[in-house]
Amino acid sequence: MITPRVFSSSTRQCLRKACQQPRWTPASYKIRGYATVTKEEDKVATFKGSKGSDGKFTVSLIEGDGIGPEIAQSVKDIYSAADVPIMWEPIDVTPTLKEGRTVIPDESIASIKKNFIALKGPLATPVGKGHVSLNLTLRRTFNLFANVRPCKSIAGYKTPYDNVDTVLIRENTEGEYSGIEHVVVDGVVQSIKLITREASERVLRYAFQYAQDIGKNKVRVVHKATIMKMSDGLFLSTARDVAKDFPNIEFDAELLDNACLRITTDPAPYADKVLVMPNLYGDILSDMCAGLIGGLGLTPSGNIGDECSIFEAVHGSAPDIAGKALANPTALLLSSIMMLRHMGLNKEAERVESAIFKTLAEGKALTGDLGGKAKTHEYAQAIIDNLK
Amino acid sequence: MSLARPARSAQSLLRTASKISTQATTSSLPRSYATVASDIFKPTKYGGKYTVTLIPGDGIGAEVSEAVKTIFKADNVPIEWEQIDVTGVESGEKPTEDLFQQSIASLKRNKLGLKGILHTPIERSGHQSFNVAMRQELDAYASVVLIKNIPGLKTRHDGVDMCIIRENTEGEYSGLEHQSVPGVVESLKIITRTKAERIAKFACAFAIANNRKKVTAIHKANIMKLADGLFRNSVKKIAEDYPTLEYNDMIVDNASMQAVSRPQQFDVMVMPNLYGGILTNIAAALVGGPGVVPGCNMGRDVAIFEPGARHVGLDIKGKDQANPTALLLSATMLLRHLGLDDHANRISKAVYAVIADGKVRTRDMGGQATTHEFTRALLDKMEADL
Repeated sequence: MITPRVFSSSTRQCLRKACQQPRWTPASYKIRGYATVTKEEDKVATFKGSKGSDGKFTVSLIEGDGIGPEIAQSVKDIYSAADVPIMWEPIDVTPTLKEGRTVIPDESIASIKKNFIALKGPLATPVGKGHVSLNLTLRRTFNLFANVRPCKSIAGYKTPYDNVDTVLIRENTEGEYSGIEHVVVDGVVQSIKLITREASERVLRYAFQYAQDIGKNKVRVVHKATIMKMSDGLFLSTARDVAKDFPNIEFDAELLDNACLRITTDPAPYADKVLVMPNLYGDILSDMCAGLIGGLGLTPSGNIGDECSIFEAVHGSAPDIAGKALANPTALLLSSIMMLRHMGLNKEAERVESAIFKTLAEGKALTGDLGGKAKTHEYAQAIIDNLK
Repeated sequence: MSLARPARSAQSLLRTASKISTQATTSSLPRSYATVASDIFKPTKYGGKYTVTLIPGDGIGAEVSEAVKTIFKADNVPIEWEQIDVTGVESGEKPTEDLFQQSIASLKRNKLGLKGILHTPIERSGHQSFNVAMRQELDAYASVVLIKNIPGLKTRHDGVDMCIIRENTEGEYSGLEHQSVPGVVESLKIITRTKAERIAKFACAFAIANNRKKVTAIHKANIMKLADGLFRNSVKKIAEDYPTLEYNDMIVDNASMQAVSRPQQFDVMVMPNLYGGILTNIAAALVGGPGVVPGCNMGRDVAIFEPGARHVGLDIKGKDQANPTALLLSATMLLRHLGLDDHANRISKAVYAVIADGKVRTRDMGGQATTHEFTRALLDKMEADL
């Protein structure tokens, strides 16, 4: 029989260690009193960048590995054709080991810190000793606490589901992915799921804000508080508190099991909601939703932090088709659209987005993964033609 | 010199001794935990009848178990029910805990149970889910859920035929949680090699016994390197003992994505507790929802049969809308477990025939029939086939 007391000392040690690490301290976050209306300056994670002297925003661009440069080129071409006021600042994030920790070059960090925003292609995590995944490194470096994953059915690509329009927000810094685990005795491993009120409140507040911004008026927490009464219970009760600040947004909660069942049965009722949940559930459900609409090649993703935000394509770097102009840039394009909206460039976002969807719906210039024959640049050209 | 030597050799002796003893424990481990083959045994018959514990459960439980009882009676199945109405719904009084203990005692005595799902309130702290407590108490470690398209019941996916085997007694459902300081909660996920190997053995033996070809381990070892790493490695090691089975593993988020886009690729899947809950529900949705998915929980001493997707259905309680198919098919699994294949075949044939007919279906299957009408149709079908 395992009793909690056996573990208590080692758990405490783990926790202490966790507390020392800077990623647990929210950078510019303070707990506020309850206000009825969220003022613009009170918002969590607003975009702080400003236009340069040429009237353009500078955005750090991580092209990534494999097919990364090709799809990034498509984004650049389309953006310059659409006259989006953005100047790209390419940066390199090839990781190095500094004092045993995976770090990315200082000038890259400085670039993102200066611009407050970055667009990122797929990165191949180097296989080798001691390297933490680059995504994790970026997440920690910039304290990206929320992962936003919208999934919308693409007209022109048929899957068994044709009415998907979900938005999923996932807590990105703790939960099951706290990274705190240890072997108690040989053959017995204990892994800790860490839930704190602070981190929960921050992501929940962002979820409510995001719902407001994109015009969905319901927020739903997905949890498993029947079993994990304290941890998921804390997430849920925090959500109830935060909900009081947003009286115009409807709030409810759903058990994880029910959510899995209902979304897979019929995703349509989720079209008016923003789902928010702890780390692991978010990871699984966001990929599942991507599966509903045809995979990771069609889904955008945004990582929101207090200061900086990074928008990225979550698919792999596909080294096997790199350089052959076969890659599909849609995921990176849609991520960049999310980025434009985050920056407040809604008009431009609308224009480019409708051109993308129109091109996909026409189905004349689709890439190979969608059953077409077009090259990456031909697909981009078709989008540019549809910009008019 | 002469003093130092014996000391060293004694040490090395000790080292080898401890090495041997650890080897001995690992090799004796599989023996202390039963596999499918020895799990299946027949409880004693009294007066030509088996006694089976029946726990109708909350929500739709009462209605669907009524349907099972009616059909079993009509088919003269030699089973005597020992019904215990334990409930997880707060009623204000205190007899629930006693009833729960009674149901445990009954299951220990009868070794066999048919069970609906018990409600778990979120609010009451310190109250563990009865469902989880029951599985842990009886060590019903393996949950088996059968996901298969029902002929005639059209869903978004065809050709789905998979089987989800889930570790039932540890992992995220350990129930070990504490608040370190206000606002900081830790919840422990426990993975042990013995239990991982036990479930892996079960899965492989199950696959062989049921003519399945492939076993897929589901994990998140890229993030939880130690815990899920241990699980994955244990399954892999056990799978090596079954050379006729194809083995692979998959990360849980990818598996969920594959499940909704290409579910046909899966055969037998084995996974820790929480992922089981997630994937069972995704998979249930592929073939028609929680009303049609049967399942069971196997332990060394007991076998408890219950609907696979584990939904209470409080929202449609008492409305005569529930689909008894899941519990009925679970009950036919129970009959096969007892070797009463004739009865099992008759009942399951009637169930499939009525659904394929399409005239009488409950709401979740796109029909308008009530639970009673559906049961009536099954009885008529069974009578017609006599």
